[in-house]
Amino acid sequence: MKTALICSVACLALTSAAGADTLRWARAGDALTLDPHAQNEGPTTALNHQIMEPLLIRDMTGAFEPALATEWAPSPDDPNVWVFKLREGVTFHDGAAFDSEDVIFSLERAMTEDSDFKELLASVTEVRAPDAYTVEIVTDGPNPIMANNLTNLFIMDKGWAEANNAVKVQDYEGGEDTFAAKNSNGTGPYKLVSREPDVKTVLTINEDYWGKDDFPLEVTEIIYTPIQNAATRVAALLSGEVDFIQDVPVQDLQRVGSADGLDVRTAPQNRVIFFGLNVGDADLANDSVEGANPLADVRVRQAMSKAINRDAIQQVVMRGQSAPAGMIAPPFVNGWTEAMDGASTTDIEAAKALMAEAGYGDGFSIQLDCPNDRYINDEAICQAAVGMLGQIGITVNLDAKPKAQHFPLISNLDTDFYMLGWGVPTYDSEYIFNFLVHGRSDKYGSWNGTRFDDPAINDKIVSLASQTDLAARDATIAEIWQVVQDQQLYIPIHHQVLNWGMKSGVDTVVDPEDTAKFKYFKMN
Amino acid sequence: MLAFIIRRVAQSALVLLIVGLVAFSMFRFVGDPIDNMLGQERTQADIERLRVQLGLDQPFPVQYYKFLEGAVQGNFGVSYRQGRPVAEILLERAPATLELAAVSGLLAIVLGIALGVFTAIRRNGVMANVIMSASLIGVSLPTFLIGILLIYLFSVELGWLPSFGRGETVRVGDWWTTGFLTPSGRAALILPSITLGLYQMTLIMRLVRSEMLEVLRQDYIRFARARGLRDRVVNFRHALKNTMVPVITVIGLQLGAIIAFAIITETVFQWPGVGLLFINAVQFVDIPVMAAYLMLISVMFVGINLIVDLLYFLIDPRLRVDRAGGH
Repeated sequence: MKTALICSVACLALTSAAGADTLRWARAGDALTLDPHAQNEGPTTALNHQIMEPLLIRDMTGAFEPALATEWAPSPDDPNVWVFKLREGVTFHDGAAFDSEDVIFSLERAMTEDSDFKELLASVTEVRAPDAYTVEIVTDGPNPIMANNLTNLFIMDKGWAEANNAVKVQDYEGGEDTFAAKNSNGTGPYKLVSREPDVKTVLTINEDYWGKDDFPLEVTEIIYTPIQNAATRVAALLSGEVDFIQDVPVQDLQRVGSADGLDVRTAPQNRVIFFGLNVGDADLANDSVEGANPLADVRVRQAMSKAINRDAIQQVVMRGQSAPAGMIAPPFVNGWTEAMDGASTTDIEAAKALMAEAGYGDGFSIQLDCPNDRYINDEAICQAAVGMLGQIGITVNLDAKPKAQHFPLISNLDTDFYMLGWGVPTYDSEYIFNFLVHGRSDKYGSWNGTRFDDPAINDKIVSLASQTDLAARDATIAEIWQVVQDQQLYIPIHHQVLNWGMKSGVDTVVDPEDTAKFKYFKMN
Repeated sequence: MLAFIIRRVAQSALVLLIVGLVAFSMFRFVGDPIDNMLGQERTQADIERLRVQLGLDQPFPVQYYKFLEGAVQGNFGVSYRQGRPVAEILLERAPATLELAAVSGLLAIVLGIALGVFTAIRRNGVMANVIMSASLIGVSLPTFLIGILLIYLFSVELGWLPSFGRGETVRVGDWWTTGFLTPSGRAALILPSITLGLYQMTLIMRLVRSEMLEVLRQDYIRFARARGLRDRVVNFRHALKNTMVPVITVIGLQLGAIIAFAIITETVFQWPGVGLLFINAVQFVDIPVMAAYLMLISVMFVGINLIVDLLYFLIDPRLRVDRAGGH
């Protein structure tokens, strides 16, 4: 009886009821919330991008495209004001009309204390609307890259939020369930049909979408199921239970790529992986040198960089899935140069000579802190680096930990030598400098674990925020990069590569920020 | 009897309090939730503000006291990860785990006892030896490996069964969802329940077998055979019945283990139960969820132990005789 039951269930072939234009999508994590301003985090932003829209958006290649705004520019009268012309005739999913009130409401909501996006709008002093389809954003000084900061800032319906008690951004203290965490009303190409957090989210096409004739919109239904375990995720794609997965592990690329009816698409990601060094302290807690900081000597830092064989890491650890890096900016970013990114070379003899010159010819030992669940093969990269640094006499004790324990070490300045990865959502070097190069202070340098703090450089970084002469601004960016490179503040390793696996009929390019925007997808 | 129960309940409550204290003293070693909760753009000031707001700047005994204070009022706090009340999330996830545990428990008991009896009776048969050897796999292979192997065989190669999730579920009552009522829900149960129940099945099978072999050597079995009773009656009415006392004790304790250790199976099969919730909570350092889950599991273990103790009291007459001072 029991076996008969098992067989009768098992023998039902698992054909999916999904139609040709349904896309079953899986990635490692689920969105944490549908509240558009509560979490500035990859999967959350990616899901919200299907349902809601910002004023302007980046398409799948990273280029700006109009969304709810049709035109934007700094005001000709006042350099502190950006003017956005809004799209007319747009409605939210519940039928309410979209106008400037909603933009003011949403941006002000995103600037409140509980919002995760408030730093992107830190320079904004006022958002105002001269008429129903114009919005002016006033900043405390000229802000040349205001538009870059808005591409993930979603617009909510003011009336809907007020009617449903969702004016406040979800906060953790209150204990209240914010309505906007589980419900959504956007202007985007897809409407929310159902959602069980961490289990399944179903979206269907918005028939009234303003861009119906401008985008392919060939996916008419999206079924999103997070699958955490990488082997299971790949198995689900191989068995045809899902059509599209993100985060294909490098060891399975071959298998997915060679399977019938499946493709792997690969593109450089907007994320660079590097080591940070404590260059500022007089003595280090985690090394063998008493009374001195070997990392304070630029020759030691250069020697360490020269000892790292980036090509070997690319070929052996990453199985070809990375691009060796010479600077800590991804190639999409304003300020990146091919010359600087190609500058890192491996030269063990020169490295040894530099070590001897610095007085560390016999080497020293130091602890390397590394995450083991954050970046692609993060711990393996660190292990490779341990061997490479050993060649120039530096004995590295590797301490690999989960990300929840690793990142506080950087926040609390408890590490002298650490791995970090960095993505640049604004596609501009200022973002990198603000967090990684400016000295630690209340507003700046919160991810700078190097203890580097140079007042002249700090001033230059702060000046970027209001320099509207773009040529002069680019020149300042280049000057700051020159210092970062000469000082070898960081040891760049590589740019990560993204791998998306999909059914052969699915046609898309890979988004450098790992954010699939399904309105651009084609289905053959 | 009453005094015994009161004493045991008091002991259980003490155990719970200690489990909670140990759990809270460990949370800071799991990591710092602040970095996960704030985006990449957080400033030093944001970090300090949130730390104070969540009470994470307090020493752990204070945090524990606040948790207990809320817990006795039925308020387990708000998940750092999902921003929703923990009690609501646990209730939403519990049916998936309980259904999985029920099916794999049933599988383990029915197959375990049947195979145990079979291998005991046909001690030298070829089939019995094959089963005994195969059962070593169940004891020695780690759960995640069994799960992955089953997925590759039945999902990828044969395409018979789903590799992840719970299939379509049906809402029954206010908060229970069941996968028993849909074909995809039943199909989705098969691989995870085999994975989860395999260890328990082999354990029960080996226990039944050895107990049964022991009993079959007893004099009363020989006398029963000498009386000319049929094999079937001897084996099942006399032998199996006497085998079951220790087996039932072990099964009771293993039921708790099935629920508590569903974590790995749920992760491999993306089964939306409390085990997967716990793993996500650990990775995110979602302290309210971890605390509530650990308390829930310890309440369950303590409860099962309490019931087992009471059952001993009822089943074994000698315990009661001792108490009464002897006749």
